[in-house]
Amino acid sequence: MPCLLIKDKRLVKTVNFKNPAYIGDPINAVKIYNDKEVDELVVLDIIASKNNSDIDFELIKDIASECFMPLAYGGGVRTVNDFQKLYALGIEKVIVNTLLIDNPLVVKEAAYKFGNQSVVASIDIKRSKENKFEIFSHSKREIEMDFEKYLACILDLNIGELFITSVDNEGAWNGYDNELLSYINKIVDIPIIGNGGCSTNKDLTNVLYETGVQAAAIGSMAVYQKKDMGVLIRFPRRNQIIKDE
Amino acid sequence: MIYIVDYGLGNLASIKNMFKHIGVRDVIISSNNEELAKADKIILPGVGAFDNGMSHLMKYDLIDTLNKKAIIEKVPFLGICLGMQLMTKGSEEGKLNGLGWFDAETIKFKPLDGLKIPHMGWNYIKSKNKDNYFLEKNKKYRFYFVHSYYVKCKEEEDVMFTTNYGGDFHSAINKDNIYGMQFHPEKSLHFGMDILDKFSKL
Repeated sequence: MPCLLIKDKRLVKTVNFKNPAYIGDPINAVKIYNDKEVDELVVLDIIASKNNSDIDFELIKDIASECFMPLAYGGGVRTVNDFQKLYALGIEKVIVNTLLIDNPLVVKEAAYKFGNQSVVASIDIKRSKENKFEIFSHSKREIEMDFEKYLACILDLNIGELFITSVDNEGAWNGYDNELLSYINKIVDIPIIGNGGCSTNKDLTNVLYETGVQAAAIGSMAVYQKKDMGVLIRFPRRNQIIKDE
Repeated sequence: MIYIVDYGLGNLASIKNMFKHIGVRDVIISSNNEELAKADKIILPGVGAFDNGMSHLMKYDLIDTLNKKAIIEKVPFLGICLGMQLMTKGSEEGKLNGLGWFDAETIKFKPLDGLKIPHMGWNYIKSKNKDNYFLEKNKKYRFYFVHSYYVKCKEEEDVMFTTNYGGDFHSAINKDNIYGMQFHPEKSLHFGMDILDKFSKL
């Protein structure tokens, strides 16, 4: 699935969560993805939580109305009412990240109220200098808990799915962190979407067949021709990735 | 005129938008009994928990109208996801009685080895009849599913499609004018457009 990043109504793409580069109009991208037959679309507002700004419901409504595939949205979600409004706009799944730390009980209540399949917990993971997995926080707050404890706390909220992003690989065109994804897949029994680093169809095939994750998101590869080249909204054909059809 | 029942649950806009995309303009989202009484066709969508769904139908005072339209007037009626489950007699998920239009129960997936719950994502359907009204010939259909509970019909003849997820379950059901689909046609690209197009022509 493509993972689209939004900043001020514009489609952008980052590298290691930094330096958002302008790509184009998100609605146009969605229309193109409808024809590419993508399985699912992820839209993340990368500044709504950081700047403590409100969710751009207007834009989300426009995206949802053009999107005939499941749509997941994350960014700036703070209250149960935010969840409710997003589902009413046609969002299939709401993705939370900062809220998991700021107010986990809201996530738990939303998962109970709207069904846990509609709530996705996003965790960003960075490798430390010692190559240990560490939680990356957007609000610049230290998360002192170790990675496994944090994961256990999140699973306790009864969310339906995990969206795991490797900060080191995000936008880096060096493939998924398969080791990280395999590791998490072994300790949780809910579906996982792997994200960060996809550069080729082979990366996709590998992550899907070798790590046990249910789905994989692509960022750069869905909006650029190649590394360091121009914008091209694209998506690999299903039969190039999925075996046994 | 197709009416989509708004009882405070689920993504109604996407269904209406897909109809618009395939050129079906006469679609109204409503929770008003008098409006719904005029419907030629009805879609009952919904996501979430069973009891929450039934109590919302009660809160909006819609049950009598829906019974009248589906059972007495026999207008084409499509339940999607929770909307399908509400047509059964009841669910393991809750205590309230369902609408009871099908001799069926709503049951929780058993967590078998390696089977993740909810069943979430795209999956294939198998039609019980070779020539199903909703399906184009020689096209392999897959749809988007998100659910932890599934419908189990007692009468085999009510089953329209089955889907394999740790064994076959009933992914679409039909009795006379009433249809239930566990998957989301409105989120299933051209596969779903075929379904809504055929429903609009019933």
